Amino acid sequence: MKKIFTLLSLFGAFNVFAAGTLINGAGATFPEPIYTKWFAEFKKVEPGTSINYQGIGSGGGIKQLTAGTVDFAASDTPMNVEENKAVKIPVLHVPTVIGAVVVTYNLKLEKPLKLSAEVVAAIFSGKINKWNDEKLIKLNPGINFPKLPIVVATRADGSGTTAVFSDYLSQVSPDWKGQAGKTVDWFRGSVAAKGNAGVAGLVQQAEGAIGYIELVYALQNKLAFAQIQNKKGEYIEANLKSVSAAAGGNVVKDMVKNDFKLSITNSEASGAYPISSFTWLLINETMPKEKGFQIVKMLNWCLGNTGQDMAASLNFAPLPKELREAVLIKVKGLKLN
Amino acid sequence: MKRKEVRISDLLFHNFLRGLACLVIALFLTLFVFLFASAQPTFLARGWSFFSESTWSPTKEIFSVLAFVYGTMVSSFLALFFAVPISVGSALFLTQICPKQLKRPIRTLIELLAAIPSVVYGLWGIFVLAPFIKNYIQPFLSVHTESLPFFQGPPFGLGLFTAAIILAIMIIPTITTISIEVFSSIPQLYHEGAKALGATDWEAMRMAVLAPGFSGVFAAVILGLGRAMGETMAVTMVIGNRADISPSLFSPAATMASVIANEYAEAGSNLHSASLAAVGFTLLLISMVVNLAARIIIRRARRNT
Repeated sequence: MKKIFTLLSLFGAFNVFAAGTLINGAGATFPEPIYTKWFAEFKKVEPGTSINYQGIGSGGGIKQLTAGTVDFAASDTPMNVEENKAVKIPVLHVPTVIGAVVVTYNLKLEKPLKLSAEVVAAIFSGKINKWNDEKLIKLNPGINFPKLPIVVATRADGSGTTAVFSDYLSQVSPDWKGQAGKTVDWFRGSVAAKGNAGVAGLVQQAEGAIGYIELVYALQNKLAFAQIQNKKGEYIEANLKSVSAAAGGNVVKDMVKNDFKLSITNSEASGAYPISSFTWLLINETMPKEKGFQIVKMLNWCLGNTGQDMAASLNFAPLPKELREAVLIKVKGLKLN
Repeated sequence: MKRKEVRISDLLFHNFLRGLACLVIALFLTLFVFLFASAQPTFLARGWSFFSESTWSPTKEIFSVLAFVYGTMVSSFLALFFAVPISVGSALFLTQICPKQLKRPIRTLIELLAAIPSVVYGLWGIFVLAPFIKNYIQPFLSVHTESLPFFQGPPFGLGLFTAAIILAIMIIPTITTISIEVFSSIPQLYHEGAKALGATDWEAMRMAVLAPGFSGVFAAVILGLGRAMGETMAVTMVIGNRADISPSLFSPAATMASVIANEYAEAGSNLHSASLAAVGFTLLLISMVVNLAARIIIRRARRNT
């Protein structure tokens, strides 16, 4: 009985593959939870299409797209000059959701910690190295800082999180100009750990430690993080609303002008959390008809209300509505042959 | 007629075995050539300074390997320093002194250590060992050795010292089990002879067990060293990952294996990934040199006994 059942289900599985379209994608690990969810739900809407996604890292995804082994890639940073030179078909950057990096700390304080851009840059360069530093006291009236050294924890592995955080530092501090990247030379005397979990673990163990991690991870694990001063001078706590706001207002016009390959760290929009960044799907501008048709359908679905609400439920900030519309106009321009 | 058939099957069998042996050599050569070819851009760009400098800066595109060589060597040899006395001591105890009923359970426990995945060792290192070192070991050592630079610096709990302890625990089963085999293969007669001549327990063990077993135990130690130098996951989780040469054992460092694991997946430029391949190539070279040196020492020891 069991055998027959297995045989039948195998037959069924083959049948789906034979009739439907199989689309392969690979890339960034940060949006993997939402992409996995999206593609599973999309299969319910479009039973003939299976989308496979493998989180192998942004760089790996871009390499595979360039080599033509996947149908689309995903990245936490726009493609750089070297990568752009390597591709044969131009690549459209489609922003899907917005992520954020928060500054988490291990210190029992009376109120949430407030940090200005300048102070964040100074702490992560080792220039402010104790909690009872004058600048910290000035920013945080009403908090009694302990006499403790600041232990700075960073990411050891190359990651989009580091890219976003160092991009922010390079926007706000002259010392950090040209120092941004997926792996960064941190100052002597800081420690590094692998993954968000590693950094969070390090911070939670050492009183007086500070580090940067993804917002999703911080929310899921209920970690304390600092309010950061944005370009408008407001102290903003990272949440889905303030992160979405970073891509709103004037930013939309700039995004369209730059084909969406724009950094939104240190955003000018009001109410914006400053260490926010898009994550992109990278789509070839010319695609084979059958697959391309399904990919366009998938993009429309993911950027539609259902897809974006789903993102919010997993703590990924949805795109502002006006931006989604602008992106979908570009998606219409994809060539299928 | 029948004889010839046997010969043919023998011939086939011999050639089959020969093929398998050649396959191993071919695998090694392919690895060597592949690593060298992928690393070439770095060797061309950096020349000897790749081996002689210690800066590793992906943002400035300056890559050199010395800091990682330092991290790998110091953590591995420090691990041997902790692991060898424990392993050889327990092997001696289990073969010479231990009552028969206890032998099996103790040996099984030691072998079980080898079955624990390295990521579990890493987690244990972060959550149990690191705080312990930070709160107790380092304050103690730094207060009592203030004039030496080896134990100073801010207490992170992560660094060479922690990595070495984790490595030591991971290589203890390797060294212990092989040492047990070595000691039990030495004829009991030697030991009894030494005793008959009036040697104490310690003297008998030194002359009739340790001395003839030296080359075997040394080979076990080298196997342990090889495992320590190549260990990636557990070390990455506890070493602090800074490409830095600092005299303090409590400061963060990085090893050749850990930097490859950390940076290869998201290496930004071609030169970056080529440099990581070059780090791998260096690790391969160093492992070869260590193994060759060990071979020579073992051969000498065998000749002398």
